[in-house]
Amino acid sequence: MLRTWVFCLWLLSGLTAATTAGEWQLSELCPAGFTQREGRCYLQTLYQDYGSLQNSGVGGLKTGLPEIRQGFTAQQIDLGRYLFFDPMLSGDGSLSCASCHQPDKAFTDGKGQSLGIHNQLADRSSPSLWNVGFLKTLFWDARATALEEQALGPLYAKHEMGNTPEQLLATLRSNVHYQALFAQAFSETPIRLEQVYTALAAFEASLISLNSRYDLYAHGFHDALTANEIAGMNVFRSFVARCAECHTPPLFSNQQIAVLGTPEPEGKPLDIGAEGPTGDRSLRGGFKVPSLRNIALTAPYMHSGRFKTLRETVEFYTKGRGHAVPKGETLSLHWHIWEPKLTDVELDRLVDFLSALTDQSFMPVIPTRVPSGLPVDNQHNTHVSMGE
Amino acid sequence: MNKISLIFVLLLSLPAFGKEITVKDGGTIQAAINQAVSGDVILIHPGTYRESVYVDKDNITLRGVVKEGKWPVMEGDHKLNDAILYSGNGITIEWIKIMHYKGNAIMGQSGNNYVIRNNWIIDTGVYGIFPQFGKNGLIEYNVLSGIEDAAIYVGMCDNVDVKHNEVFDSVAGIEIENTRHALVENNYAHNNTAGILVFITPGLPIKTTYDVIVRNNFVVDNNTPNFGAPGSIVSKVPVGVGMVIMAADDVKIEGNIITGNQTAGIVITDLAFITDVASDKESEPNPDNIQVLDNLMFNNGSDPVAEVKAAMLTKFTTTGPDILANVGSAQEPDNCILNAERYTSFGIGKWSQCDISTTADVTTYLLKGDAAPRDIETTEDRVARLYKGICAGCHAYNLRMIGPPTMAIQAQYYENPEGIADYIANPVKKRPDFPAMPSQGHLSEELRMKVAEYMLCLSPGKLAEVAATQGQVAKCQQP
Repeated sequence: MLRTWVFCLWLLSGLTAATTAGEWQLSELCPAGFTQREGRCYLQTLYQDYGSLQNSGVGGLKTGLPEIRQGFTAQQIDLGRYLFFDPMLSGDGSLSCASCHQPDKAFTDGKGQSLGIHNQLADRSSPSLWNVGFLKTLFWDARATALEEQALGPLYAKHEMGNTPEQLLATLRSNVHYQALFAQAFSETPIRLEQVYTALAAFEASLISLNSRYDLYAHGFHDALTANEIAGMNVFRSFVARCAECHTPPLFSNQQIAVLGTPEPEGKPLDIGAEGPTGDRSLRGGFKVPSLRNIALTAPYMHSGRFKTLRETVEFYTKGRGHAVPKGETLSLHWHIWEPKLTDVELDRLVDFLSALTDQSFMPVIPTRVPSGLPVDNQHNTHVSMGE
Repeated sequence: MNKISLIFVLLLSLPAFGKEITVKDGGTIQAAINQAVSGDVILIHPGTYRESVYVDKDNITLRGVVKEGKWPVMEGDHKLNDAILYSGNGITIEWIKIMHYKGNAIMGQSGNNYVIRNNWIIDTGVYGIFPQFGKNGLIEYNVLSGIEDAAIYVGMCDNVDVKHNEVFDSVAGIEIENTRHALVENNYAHNNTAGILVFITPGLPIKTTYDVIVRNNFVVDNNTPNFGAPGSIVSKVPVGVGMVIMAADDVKIEGNIITGNQTAGIVITDLAFITDVASDKESEPNPDNIQVLDNLMFNNGSDPVAEVKAAMLTKFTTTGPDILANVGSAQEPDNCILNAERYTSFGIGKWSQCDISTTADVTTYLLKGDAAPRDIETTEDRVARLYKGICAGCHAYNLRMIGPPTMAIQAQYYENPEGIADYIANPVKKRPDFPAMPSQGHLSEELRMKVAEYMLCLSPGKLAEVAATQGQVAKCQQP
């Protein structure tokens, strides 16, 4: 109810905000980890020292990254940042992208199924956005092939952000601050929806997490990991546990679809996963292999958050091939799902190692206020801009 | 670049003349690796080494010292995971006996320019020798047996020679999978479930297998019942097959002796050969341009598996053929053969006559000179990347981020890079309104110093302004 009131007040205040249009200015600086060339932002990372077989961006420690979405302008990225945190993007002004992608949880929300508009349950767990600029497919079922395409899903799903293209465009065009900001980012008027998607993609692709202590080890600084973490890394990449076969460095995902046969939460029917968008029966229960970067911050785990802890999650893989597949279901389980018989100590070490993949040092500045004037949810910020 | 620095860069890029580090019974190989630097040779004397060994450095040689028949033995007791796992470039592993591990005997994860030879590998779990994501590798003179998947598994690699190895009593002898430019020559693959397999596995990040020569191998009596782990792809391979070519392209088969394999000599097939595996629309399923040149084949197919027997009944026989290519596109005329009349066969009726008779012009698929382990770059490039990749995450030039602006740091340390280099090795919380900085003590003193200098020289125009306002002149040489 309170949210509805705020939304109404904001609608009323839309006209009066015009007097302060000049105060909004987009950053001319590329985000952390990016360097500016000819007005556009390009990633700088030690991983650019390395190649990868067939430029695949998968391999071992000193392996190059897959191609990233880059070359956006600083202004486009910064506009995306405001849009990302602005609840105006939802149908009733109650939810922003950051509601389900909260900075302090590595851009997830700590829920098995996210909460959409009017407290409706989303279908799956919200994935982390760190390093999404490297991903060739998006969503758990890999149904989108570009960030711009992905954005359409939650924006317009009736049970997620519940907006419509018409309403979104109308609200943006009637907001003088956004008029000014879009003009700075795209130097053309009026605002178009494609610009919204581009700006969101630009911001999301700027979220880079490649400076964990694991990365320092990978670059040759072997003291950066503890003995237990190194032991865990060795279990992780062993051909008994085989984690690294699908969660392949440097992104800790090989970006393929894998059918694992993980259990659903109590009472929830089997999620058919990639069979949905493809119609391919052999992909039933298949999901995109997620990156494990910042995994310690993104509980609960799996597509529907069935596992509350990392320890439970790694244990799944040693409890027997197909042990959680519902009776009567036949799934084409991935060949690396086998019976590794990992010991309790090995499982503990795996958790130790996974926690060394945490790095949020390039966290963007989270705006204290957004052009719509709607309240920004600051509970989930790791650090808030002092200057804005 | 001047001449002296060019020579310096060249020296850096070459494996140095390393030292020898000796490991004797009672010591550990890992301890030797931990103290080794690029170019070192680790000499492993006879004895028993119960350990898993990880090589995350470049240009390291692990060389067993075999004395009067006594080998250094890595013993996994069926408890340890892998024997040797490397990620570095330029790794050589030779003259080591490896037994009873659960994972692999030798696994590479992305190292280029590897050499694996003269090893004796028995019952080491899933694979014997398994380089993955590596370019330019030589696997020769190894003897492997008792492996529950493939004795030698070249997976997602480029430019590999697999020569003079003996592989037996395993499910698969030699596998070339999702790999390009491979030469499989002069190997002896016998008494496996299947001898030599060249194929594509769908669902892997690198999608193709092409340009493979399988030449002058003995592929004999591969009739061992399949003991692959349930669910593994290899567990789906029928017993008694000399060679399998599945979905791979541009494969040349020449001069092999293929006898006594009870289902078939050579099976050429599309991806439908393996069932119950999730499909991958990016994996092209058809075997294209398979060239079967002259080979010696007889006595294959004496007791084929049920599916093949059923297929052969349509040809009014119950024995399997030397060449079986009866499914889908395997029958197409882009595949070819020489002297087809010499063999029993099924499915090659439309095949064309090969227009080459030998592959002798290809003597190796190894690269001339090493594959570049990475681009050669100067220390300055590396320092710039270090700064922009790590430091810049918290320090923007002229605005507050997680850490104070670079401009403010420049003012504080304007002629004092040592001060920064020391501070970042052991940071203490200095400014009440900023969080403490994480230590960068893992960087060498030299690197810390260079990064500090880089930081002080950043945007000298603006630096000069800052310095001027404080009546100081910054000492900064860089443009």
